[in-house]
Amino acid sequence: MTQQNTQSMEGAQALVKCLERQGVEYIFGLPGGSAIPMYDALITTGTKIKLILTRHEQGASHMADGYARATGKPGVVLVTSGPAATNTITGIMTAQMDSVPMVVITGQTISSMIGKDAFQEADVFGISMPVVKHSYLIKDTNDIPRVVKEAFHIASTGRPGPVVIDIPKDISAGPFTGALDPVMDLPGYRPDPKLDPERVKEISQALAKSRRPVILAGHGVLISKAAPQLQRLAETLNAPVTTTMLGKGAIPETHPLSLGMLGMHGTAYANKAVVECDLIMSIGSRFDDRIIGQADRFCRDAVRIHIDIDETEINKMINVHHHCIGDAREVIEEMLKHVGPLDTDDWLQRIAQFKKRYPLRYGKQGGLKAQQVLDELYKMTEGKAIITTDVGQHQMWAAQFLKTVRPDDFISSGGAGTMGYGFPAAIGAQVGRPEEAVWAIVGDGGFQMTLCELATACVQKLPVKVLVINNHYLGMVRQWQELFYDDRESGVDLENNPDFAKLAASYPGARGFTIKRAADIRKILKRAMEYNDGPCVINAECEKTENVFPMIPAGRPIEDMLIERPRQKMEKPTGST
Amino acid sequence: MTTNNNKIHTLSVYVSNRPGVLARIAQVFARRGFNIESLVVSPGKDGKFSRMTIGVSGNPDMLQQIVKQVGKLIDVLSCIEHPETDAVVRELALVKILCGPERRTEALQLVDHFNCKTVDLTDKSMVIMSTGASEKVNAFLDMVRTFDVVELVRTGKVLMARGDRAT
Ligand SMILES: Cc1ncc(C[n+]2csc(CCOP(=O)(O)OP(=O)(O)O)c2C)c(N)n1
Ligand SMILES: [Mg+2]
Repeated sequence: MTQQNTQSMEGAQALVKCLERQGVEYIFGLPGGSAIPMYDALITTGTKIKLILTRHEQGASHMADGYARATGKPGVVLVTSGPAATNTITGIMTAQMDSVPMVVITGQTISSMIGKDAFQEADVFGISMPVVKHSYLIKDTNDIPRVVKEAFHIASTGRPGPVVIDIPKDISAGPFTGALDPVMDLPGYRPDPKLDPERVKEISQALAKSRRPVILAGHGVLISKAAPQLQRLAETLNAPVTTTMLGKGAIPETHPLSLGMLGMHGTAYANKAVVECDLIMSIGSRFDDRIIGQADRFCRDAVRIHIDIDETEINKMINVHHHCIGDAREVIEEMLKHVGPLDTDDWLQRIAQFKKRYPLRYGKQGGLKAQQVLDELYKMTEGKAIITTDVGQHQMWAAQFLKTVRPDDFISSGGAGTMGYGFPAAIGAQVGRPEEAVWAIVGDGGFQMTLCELATACVQKLPVKVLVINNHYLGMVRQWQELFYDDRESGVDLENNPDFAKLAASYPGARGFTIKRAADIRKILKRAMEYNDGPCVINAECEKTENVFPMIPAGRPIEDMLIERPRQKMEKPTGST
Repeated sequence: MTTNNNKIHTLSVYVSNRPGVLARIAQVFARRGFNIESLVVSPGKDGKFSRMTIGVSGNPDMLQQIVKQVGKLIDVLSCIEHPETDAVVRELALVKILCGPERRTEALQLVDHFNCKTVDLTDKSMVIMSTGASEKVNAFLDMVRTFDVVELVRTGKVLMARGDRAT
C-alpha cells in the first residue's frame, strides 16, 4: 500500500489524488459552501484534472453523461450540497435509465449537522437512491480512497450506471492519514456473469432453423464495444439488423443488412420485418415499451431470444424462449464459433421490397422541413460527426434521417426522455472527443431548458454546433394532441421564443445563424461548419405543424403502425406516456 | 392479475452490513407495489454481514423479477425465496392479556397446551410467549382472544434452509 504523500494531506486532496488514479481528466461542476474544500484541492494539489465550470448543475450532469457516452469513460460531476445536489438528480436519473457510467460527487453539510436541517442540507443519499446504481455517504476521511475506487468500478463495469458520493465538509476538510490504494470491499457485486456456452449453443441451434431472422441490437452492443463482432455475426448469418435508438451505430446504418431503428418512430421496414420475422434475437436491448408496443403481441409467433448482461431484464417485458446472460461481445464471439449462413435470400428480398415501398419520406411542399435540414446535414457530414439530440419531434427526425455509421456517434436521452439533455451532452461529447465535429439537434422548447450552457461552451472555446429545429411548439406533445385529442392544443404554444441566433451572438465567442428557406440550408450549414472558435447556434425556422411518421401509438401492437397521418379520429393511446 | 396477492412469500436476504441497505431493499418492494408483512434483521455469523428474513405479499407474477432486483443490489450477496417445505421456519410472539386471579387457571391451561411460557405475571395481567411454526403461533393467538388481549408483538418469521443447503 502506498503511504507516500499522505503527510498533512486533507481529505479533499486525497480525493483529487484518487480521481487522478482513476484516470479522470475532466470534472463538470459548480462550487458552493460544502464543496469549497474540494474545489480548493483542485488548486492546491496542482492536479492536471481540468474543471469545466458550468452554469447549472443539471448541465454538469448531462455534460458528464455526454462525455461518458462519447468516450466510454465515466463522467465526473462535482457540486455542492442541497439545491446543487438536487439539480443533478435529473441528470443522474437520465444516466441510470440509459446505463451510463458517471460518478457524482456532492458536498454535504458537516457530519454533526446532518439531520438537523442545516443550511443547504439535503438528504442526497436518500433522494438519489431510486435513481442510482449505487451511492455512498462518507463518514470517515480515510474511507475516501476505497469509496472512490469502488464508485468508479461500480459505475463502469457490468451494466454501467451512475454512482453518487456524498461528502460532508468536515470529511473533505479533515486530515487524511490512510492509504491511497486500498482494496475494494464489494462481496455482493458480481459484474461479470460467467458465460454459459451451452446456452449459446442452444441459441445457435435455434438460429439455424430460422428463415426470417431479425437481430435487434441495443445500447449494450456499444457499451461492450461489440460493433465489429455484431457486423460479423450479421454477415455470417445473412441476417438483417435493426437497432434501438441507443443502439444506433451498432452496425453502420449504411450497411445493406441494416434496417435502421425500430419502434414507435422507427423505420417502416424495420417494424414490418419485426412483424413478419420467425425469430428475433435481442443483443443488449431491454425490450423497452417504445420498441415492443403491446407486449403480449410482440413477435407472438416468433422464436424470441434475449442476450443481456443484466439478469433482471430477462422475461421482464416479454417472455423469451432462449436467453443468455453475458457481455455482448463475449456472447457474440462465442456464437460465431457455432453459426453459419442461413437461408435468408427470400427474406432479404422481401425486406428489400419493404425498403423500396416504405422509405423514410417527407412532403416537400409548404415551409422549411426539419427532415430536409437533417437530411442535408447528413449528406454534408456523411455521418462523420457526433450527433446529440434533445427530446421531441426533432429527436425522432434526427434518429431517422441522420444515419449513424460509427459506434458512439449518436447520443440521446432514451429511457428518460429528458428535455434539456441535448446541448450539455454535446458539450461533454466535444470535451471528450475534441477532434470530432459535434452537432446538437435540439427543439426550441428543450434548448431553452439548458441554453445557459452557451457560456460554458464559449469559455471552453468548444465548437459545438447547435441546430435548433424551431417549430415554435412543444411539437411532440402538439402532435399527440392533434392525433389523439381532437387537435385541442393545450400548453404547447411557445409564443415569445427569443431570436436564437441573436441570443447566441450575444455571448462573446459564439455565432448565430438562421435558416428560413430550403434553398439556404447548405450554405448556412457550411458557414456554421467553418466557424470553430466557439459554439454556434443555427436557428432553423421550420414548418410549425409537421408530424413525425411512421408512428405506432403507445401501447399498440407494431401491426398498427401508421405510415402517414390517418384521416379518421384516433383513440387515445393506452401505453406508457 | 389479482390471483393470490395475499399469499406471503418469505425471502432470505444476506447483505453487507452497510448504511442504507435496508432502505434500498424496501424501495425495490415499494416501487412495485409489494407490501412488507414482516422483517427480521440480525447480524450474520460474521458481523460484516446481516441476515434479513422478509415476508412480502404482492403480485406473484412479479416476485421472480423482484427477487432478481434485490439480488442485483450492490450490497446484497444473495436473495432467495424459500418454499417452507425446504426450510425450518419459526417465529416468536409476545401477547399481553388482562387476567385476574379468577381466570388465571384457564389461561395457564392454554399456555400449557400450546407449549407457551408466561414471561410476566401481575395480579391484573399476564405476558405469554409463544414460539414455533407460524401456524402454531396463529392457533394459539386464535384461542387466547377469548381473553382481553391488550398488546401483541410478533417477531415475524425467521428461516433457515434444511440440510447443508445455504439459506
Ligand atoms: C423535462 C421534460 N419535460 C417535459 C417533457 C415532455 N415532452 C416530451 S417532448 C416535448 C416537446 C419538446 O418540444 P421541443 O423541445 O420544442 O421539441 P419538438 O418536439 O418541437 O421538436 C415535451 C414537452 C419531457 N420529455 N422532458
Ligand atoms: Mg419545438
